[in-house]
Amino acid sequence: MPILWLFLIVSGIAIAGYYLGLARVMQSAGGDRRHMHSLPSYYGGNVAIKAAVPALLLMLVWLLVQPMIVNNSVSALIPDSAIDENSSRGLVLSEVRRAADGLNRAVAQGTMHADLANDPQADPDEVTSRLQDAGAIVTSQITRPILNAAQSYRQQTQRGNLLMSGAVIVLALLGALWGLRGAQADFRARNVVETAVKMLLIGAASIAILTTLGIVLSLVFNTIEFFRLYPASDFFFGTNWAPSFSGRGGSSDLGVLPLLWGTFYISVVALAVAIPIGLFAAVYLSEYASNGVRAVAKPLLEVLAGIPTIVYGLFALLTVGPLLVSVFGRDGLGIMQAGTAVITAGLVMGIMLIPFVSSLSDDIINAVPQAMRDGSYGLGATKSETIRQVVLPAALPGIVGAILLAASRAIGETMIVVLGAGAAARLSLNPFDAMTTVTAKIVSQLTGDADFASPEALVAFALGMTLFVITLALNVFALYIVRKYREQYD
Amino acid sequence: MSDASLSSGAAPKPRGKSLLVQDARTRKRNAAEKRFRAYGMTAILIGLFFLVVLAVSIIRSGAPAFTQTVVDVEFTLTEEQYTAAEGELFKTKAYEGLLIEEIRTALDARGIEVAFDADAIQRLLGKPGGTLREHYRANEQDLGSPVAFKLAAASRVDGYLTGRVTRDALQDSRFLQGSDLDLIDALVDAGIITRAFNWNFITGADSGVDNPGGAGIGASVVGSFFMMLVVLALSLPIGVAASIYLEEFAPQNRFTDLIEVNISNLAAVPSIVFGILGLAVFIQFMHLPQSAPLVGGLVLTLMTLPTIIISTRASLKSVPPSIRDAALGVGASKMQAVFHHVLPLAMPGILTGTIIGLAQALGETAPLLLIGMVGFVARGYPDGVLAGFTEPNSAMPAQIYTWAARADASFYEKAWGGIIILLIFLLTMNIIAIILRRRFERRW
Repeated sequence: MPILWLFLIVSGIAIAGYYLGLARVMQSAGGDRRHMHSLPSYYGGNVAIKAAVPALLLMLVWLLVQPMIVNNSVSALIPDSAIDENSSRGLVLSEVRRAADGLNRAVAQGTMHADLANDPQADPDEVTSRLQDAGAIVTSQITRPILNAAQSYRQQTQRGNLLMSGAVIVLALLGALWGLRGAQADFRARNVVETAVKMLLIGAASIAILTTLGIVLSLVFNTIEFFRLYPASDFFFGTNWAPSFSGRGGSSDLGVLPLLWGTFYISVVALAVAIPIGLFAAVYLSEYASNGVRAVAKPLLEVLAGIPTIVYGLFALLTVGPLLVSVFGRDGLGIMQAGTAVITAGLVMGIMLIPFVSSLSDDIINAVPQAMRDGSYGLGATKSETIRQVVLPAALPGIVGAILLAASRAIGETMIVVLGAGAAARLSLNPFDAMTTVTAKIVSQLTGDADFASPEALVAFALGMTLFVITLALNVFALYIVRKYREQYD
Repeated sequence: MSDASLSSGAAPKPRGKSLLVQDARTRKRNAAEKRFRAYGMTAILIGLFFLVVLAVSIIRSGAPAFTQTVVDVEFTLTEEQYTAAEGELFKTKAYEGLLIEEIRTALDARGIEVAFDADAIQRLLGKPGGTLREHYRANEQDLGSPVAFKLAAASRVDGYLTGRVTRDALQDSRFLQGSDLDLIDALVDAGIITRAFNWNFITGADSGVDNPGGAGIGASVVGSFFMMLVVLALSLPIGVAASIYLEEFAPQNRFTDLIEVNISNLAAVPSIVFGILGLAVFIQFMHLPQSAPLVGGLVLTLMTLPTIIISTRASLKSVPPSIRDAALGVGASKMQAVFHHVLPLAMPGILTGTIIGLAQALGETAPLLLIGMVGFVARGYPDGVLAGFTEPNSAMPAQIYTWAARADASFYEKAWGGIIILLIFLLTMNIIAIILRRRFERRW
């Protein structure tokens, strides 16, 4: 792994630079640290930062840019005729990458001579069989254009890696020299080091922005690509969801409405379970419970929020579903066909959301000033009347915010609906029917083996965009409500 | 005094009400009060009831995954039998014949009579001949002395003994026939079929769709471990650095506001959206290897960063300003005050938050499915530490999902068992976090 080695070499240069810087500044101060502007370690740190940071940044950028350049130039090598009718350039390129990996592996194992690996006239059949001997994953016979492209890919990557190693090491050395030149007693090393550290801190904080940007860009580009292949109006207003399974057929119906309906219905069922239980639990915990009860019950309820969603999914599929079928199914009331249904997923999701509602509401109810309660008691109201007519209205904005956050959580929840709600997309009012959601369909469209360039796979990005926009709007709205009314009583 | 003298003249008007006797309205109000209180109590009890049901169903359904049905035979192979068996054309068949005779004598010795043939043994044990042959070829010194074999029984035998497969519901197939059940009963009576702890479940890898008995979670535990290493190595330094900047250095301006808004939004973005991000950016755009724990770790890092930043900021905030002022007063720079004094004092809180963030990441499934870390790629242990990061592997929750999604009901038991292991890890992490908090938390 050359990248690891390169990293270690750069780190080595930085460490060596640190001690060289120390020694040099000691010499320049005549061995007396009182003559230095900063503590000696700052002079060493100055050299180390100047050696490591630019070099590692160059390495990072290079690693990101090089594959793009190589892919483009290799892609130009493949004529259109070499691409099968039911394939795409992307698939052929990944085939090329696999072949190149296989060549590397075969040469590393010694089963193939380096000359053969680079020979553009080499017999593709022979290369294929050698690669298979070496244990490389080659899906099919390598054709001549693919072989040549793979060889070119391999050579360019090797050349690029070599160039990168050289450039990075030279840059690290130059940086170290630059730092060493400044290792004089009157150099303000601390200020330089602290500015650099502050830059690193800002960089770390900016990752949040980069992540959001990454999410938005990856969703937007692929969604635009999807709408180029599939009309947007059919997606937003279509009432039928029936993707074709071949992955390339043009006969898919990809209407989002049944999925949105399923998402909405399941979330409503979940909230219908979670809101009353969560709210009453919060009221009881904050107004009635003794300290002992509160110390036990609150953490226990919060355990429900810490359990991974896959556990709830399995609980829905294997425990709650069969239980509901035995009551409402053919042997019972006869209105439920299978264990996976809206009611199953909604019920289990509701259980998961109880602590969300209760913890947040509990905090908000506790934040209502005691004076308001005392005033109400003074007028002769009972405790429950005070809660219903004074405390809850005062806490209402916060509670609404908490419920909205829980709703956004319910809409974005994946594993419970994947396992508990079924796979059929339908518009129905019966909660005992199987339905499916946006999140469940994102999983099923992206984990199949459909080609990434087909509308059946790209629709997942459009679904992701829809989901992202809905949850974002809910979150922003919830935060707005909480913020707007929060300081009313302070 | 004048009031008293006035009223003393007139007879006191009886108000008709006594404090000691409740009137209808008061009774109603008090009843409403009691009802309200009862609703609250019921809500708590319902919540706790769900928790108990969840725990019971996990333990009850998952415990069988840790044991497995084994056929316990003591087997002696003489040197002559060995050479004879090795000389035959169908070598494993020869071993199987020897095994059947051994079982027959064991049954005869206990006076149990039941008819069975080689096919029945194969249905019960898979291919026991191969296992025997492998053992003796590897350990030739065992020849001639008795060796106790514990041969794993097929998953349907397991199912019969645990009640999943019943005699009435059984349809004769190449997997199990009605007559085999008599044999199983006889072997159980003879003490030849027993249950043993299933080490393979803890150390093994996914075994494919056809072999629920051999499925193990070990490989995906390793996958999860490498993923958590990536998450820890990236999210702790980045999260701490970002929180220090926001809490200690950031000026009040638009850039800071932008960061704050982004962090609070990312904390509420559905996890599957992070999976889409990972797929589009790390795999399609950067061409990092698919299904690799490295990519999974990167995705989960981005997902846990907001959690870690929020808890780190809280613990930085709880360090009193007097500490900073004292450091600045004796001549430390702002950076020195933060790194030498504030950060060490905030460290316990930061570690607690990090562990809780890691625990959250460990249980996350949906984003991993999108980047290809599904259960069936966890076919074995990675060779080497570097390969552990880049070779295709799965993670515990994804492995559990794969088992739960398989049609064969024997996998459900494995899925529950996997959940027990996952929860043990989560519980350990949370207990460590609680201990850290208890031990090092400082109130100022």
